[in-house]
Amino acid sequence: MTTSIKNIERTSRKQHYQDVIFGLISQLSALIVLFVLLGIIVSLVINAWPALKEFGPSFFLNAQWDINREKFGGLISIYGTIVSSLIALIIATPLSFGIALFLTEICPAFLKRPLGVAIELLAAIPSIIYGMFGLFIFAPVFGDYIQPALAASLGKLPYIGILFSGAPNGIGMLCAGIILAMMILPFIASVMRDVFEIVPAVLKESAYGLGCTKWEVARHIILPYTKAGVVGGIMLGLGRALGETMAVTFVIGNAARIMPSLFAPGSSIASTLANQFGEASPGLHFSALFALGLALFIITFVILSLAKLMLIQLEKKQGKKS
Amino acid sequence: MSDILESKKAILAKRKRTNKIALTMSMVAMSIGMFFLLWILSVLFIKGFSSLNLEMFTVDTPAPGSAGGLRNAIVGSFMLVLTCTLISSPLGILAGIFLSEYGAKSRVAAITRFVTDIMLSAPSIVIGLFVYAAMVAQMEHFSGWAGTVALALIAIPVVVRTTENMLQLVPGSLREAAFALGAPKWKVSLMIVLRAAKSGVITGVLLALARVSGETAPLLFTALNNQFFSTNMNTPMANLPVVIFQFAMSPYDNWVSLAWGGALLITLSVLGLNILARVFFREKV
Repeated sequence: MTTSIKNIERTSRKQHYQDVIFGLISQLSALIVLFVLLGIIVSLVINAWPALKEFGPSFFLNAQWDINREKFGGLISIYGTIVSSLIALIIATPLSFGIALFLTEICPAFLKRPLGVAIELLAAIPSIIYGMFGLFIFAPVFGDYIQPALAASLGKLPYIGILFSGAPNGIGMLCAGIILAMMILPFIASVMRDVFEIVPAVLKESAYGLGCTKWEVARHIILPYTKAGVVGGIMLGLGRALGETMAVTFVIGNAARIMPSLFAPGSSIASTLANQFGEASPGLHFSALFALGLALFIITFVILSLAKLMLIQLEKKQGKKS
Repeated sequence: MSDILESKKAILAKRKRTNKIALTMSMVAMSIGMFFLLWILSVLFIKGFSSLNLEMFTVDTPAPGSAGGLRNAIVGSFMLVLTCTLISSPLGILAGIFLSEYGAKSRVAAITRFVTDIMLSAPSIVIGLFVYAAMVAQMEHFSGWAGTVALALIAIPVVVRTTENMLQLVPGSLREAAFALGAPKWKVSLMIVLRAAKSGVITGVLLALARVSGETAPLLFTALNNQFFSTNMNTPMANLPVVIFQFAMSPYDNWVSLAWGGALLITLSVLGLNILARVFFREKV
């Protein structure tokens, strides 16, 4: 009898140790993930420090990128990143809204799944494929037909006309924006679809019962109810667009200057890094590239955090655990 | 009286018109999305299949101007993705178990959750920069291992988040039943909860795989490229994405054609993994 009790004691003690060890291992794994993010920020700051010390905070507002004379400023790349992402957002937001609305409210049930999967496949295509498609297929078509048409119509308008002027080369800021729009479209659309689906059926049915049309339900019931989620989805898309590298590098044209026209080539932070980092020698150039990477990381971090907070708010309203 | 009726009719007609326009726009948006998907895929298939041949799998990447294949790049990519999976799956699944089973409501878990969500969409090129600074600069040469680590950093958040979500779907009564039988927590986590959520977790790993197999940016500064066949992870490694990037930007026609072939291979494997993940998930849940 006593031996069996001892046995049980021994087993339970052993299992207790195993329990503690397994708990520690799993916690360690979670902490590794945490520390990597910290490590990313620290290593970027350390490597960017020489450039930041040399040029000061004005590094981010200086539009000079002269490798030979070692004068660096980040404004050209930051401008390119922001402008191309904004173009992408302006195009992708209404399209995603339309797609999400179609998938949740209009689409016949048997098409819902295949079409939803098709949009998600658009997100699965690697960015380098978008880049090749943009450079070899889309840019020539864009330069031959769409850009002249834009120049002839929008280019004639006062004030914004200058945005659509210049030689229609195909590749450039606008082309990069459109390719980016196609890439972020599935992300925004799928977030919007998910949040549209949580709108309580009772709300929608009451509106329909009052005689509202589908559009009125979408505009006055669904959209106000899911506002935070929709904005969160858009910001998530913006975060993607800002950091996108390969597709942009192929089609933005990689010119180190700021031009008023959207037809003109430019460069983004990511494309500058992809093009120059491999050839940069340790020194100011190298450090300036790290400073650009730091800027990109901080911008996307802030935007993604805001997006996340907004989505959490919507979930709270739902009373659902994330 | 008839005036009011008239104006009501007019308002109704206007509302119906607005509705029709809005719904049409929504359908147009859907077709634009579909149009681009089909356009990209058809171009890729036409260009890719026309440059696909047996040599692509048996010969290494060529020097400028000469003919060649993609053998070293295919093998390199395969090795990078495989080692990345070996690192990221256990780490990601363990972290997911911690978030779901151990630290569910603790502050550490909340912060980790937030951070993984950010890392999920963090710019991959910045992760490349980080691994360059942390590994390549320290070892003073590019290497396959650095590429593996960079890819793993991108894959881990995907695995962590899907694992956690899938484990949370396991009914609490299952855990309680196991605890009532006297099972220790680690056995409950590993042998009851994880096993019940197996197909979901595998889906997460497959999705992470799909995500990293097309990644280019983080490999540019880590694994770099290698013109020759090599399975040594300590040296720069050829891999499909970087080869595609270099060849597509090159002026040689046969290089560009090889790039299209490589692009087709990558897209097929990524789409294949995605579909596989979906099948896995649907069978069980």
